[in-house]
Amino acid sequence: MQDSAKPDGITPSQTVGPFFKYGLTPTGEYAWNDAFTNSTLTPDVSGDRVRIEGRVLDGDGAAVPDAMLEIWQADAQGRFADPQDKRALPNASFRGFARCGTDKDGHYSFDTIKPGAVPDPDGKPQAPHIVLAVFARGMLRHLYTRIYFSDEAGNAADPVLGLVPADRRATLIAVREAGKPLYRLDLRLQGDTETVFFDV
Amino acid sequence: MTFIYPTDSNKAHPLPLSPDYKSSIKRAPNKPLIPMRHTLSELTGPVYGHETVRDGDNDLTTQHKGEPLGERIIVHGHVRDEDGRGVPHSLIEIWQANACGRYVHVRDQHPAPLDPNFTGAGRTVSDAAGYYRFVSIKPGAYPWGNHHNAWRPAHIHLSVFGHSFVTRLVTQMYFPGDPLFPFDPIFNSVPDEKARMRMVSSFDLENTKPEWALCYRFDIVLRGKNATPMETK
Repeated sequence: MQDSAKPDGITPSQTVGPFFKYGLTPTGEYAWNDAFTNSTLTPDVSGDRVRIEGRVLDGDGAAVPDAMLEIWQADAQGRFADPQDKRALPNASFRGFARCGTDKDGHYSFDTIKPGAVPDPDGKPQAPHIVLAVFARGMLRHLYTRIYFSDEAGNAADPVLGLVPADRRATLIAVREAGKPLYRLDLRLQGDTETVFFDV
Repeated sequence: MTFIYPTDSNKAHPLPLSPDYKSSIKRAPNKPLIPMRHTLSELTGPVYGHETVRDGDNDLTTQHKGEPLGERIIVHGHVRDEDGRGVPHSLIEIWQANACGRYVHVRDQHPAPLDPNFTGAGRTVSDAAGYYRFVSIKPGAYPWGNHHNAWRPAHIHLSVFGHSFVTRLVTQMYFPGDPLFPFDPIFNSVPDEKARMRMVSSFDLENTKPEWALCYRFDIVLRGKNATPMETK
């Protein structure tokens, strides 16, 4: 096969559409096996186990029942399970990635561990966070956002949160339920309380 | 981590709000996206390879007792970054309608038959040079409720990981010469014609298998790392 020297640009994005579930998130409902689940947990993973849950809502505040969320995160030591992270000393089988489709009421949940701090390009620590990609029918390109944790003092000095107008930061911070390893964060695709999405 | 992915490349993508595609109206953000420097969190990404893919997952015609109805096809191509480098060992997932244009998804109730021998989902991993290959059947066009007499051009959905979380791509592969192109708001949500045509596969006679299957070539181009080192300040 012959290839031209250099492509004239990237392949454009198209919506994931309404019918991705049997291919990407079958969860036992379709005759196809899961490559991914909504959990990053592995038997040997160290760190604080947490659940993050919430709803995905559209510009009318209506549930988005056909969204797909993907998370990517460091382990509890702040290391990524990717050889490109030259510092990598990850937990042996921790992969740091999970995928969840929303249900008919727009609910999602992830079981994971709270990530450690990851440096920014200047070497300054970022507050613990999870990177989140949002896909759905009606979204021609997926959106990127982040999940921070309400009980982390480091949020105040986080360089990325610092780019966000103060009155919008709460849209990125999952709120801990008192006494439980449970955090809640709703994602609003549009409107006055719209989730902050990043241009990356 | 000394390289970054230029965000200029993203101009090939559709804008979030594309009013002719009605589902985008309430699901596109109103506020501008906030630019940020890539950190390790964006520059790394999930690594999934052969252990995730079972033998035969890339052949959608052999997943059931019998063979699916429809026109058997081979779909193959090269996953590269925008600088022309092959993207090896990257997971590619596909899903599609059957030959009649019907998805097995419970929400697809349009009056066309399901095929008991076709689920329409597959996955593979690009090889050491970035090549991939699927065997499937050609999906049919199907109606959707976006506007009067709206029909989607035949397409195969693709999901590709690439080397980092920012190279993640979900797109659709179309077939050459489809008469529905001018009328499809999803296809036309890509503003630049050249970029739009990068979503259209080409007929590949050379790799068409005599007496067996037509072949279509679909090359996928992901964002690439800038050749200049990331500034440290």
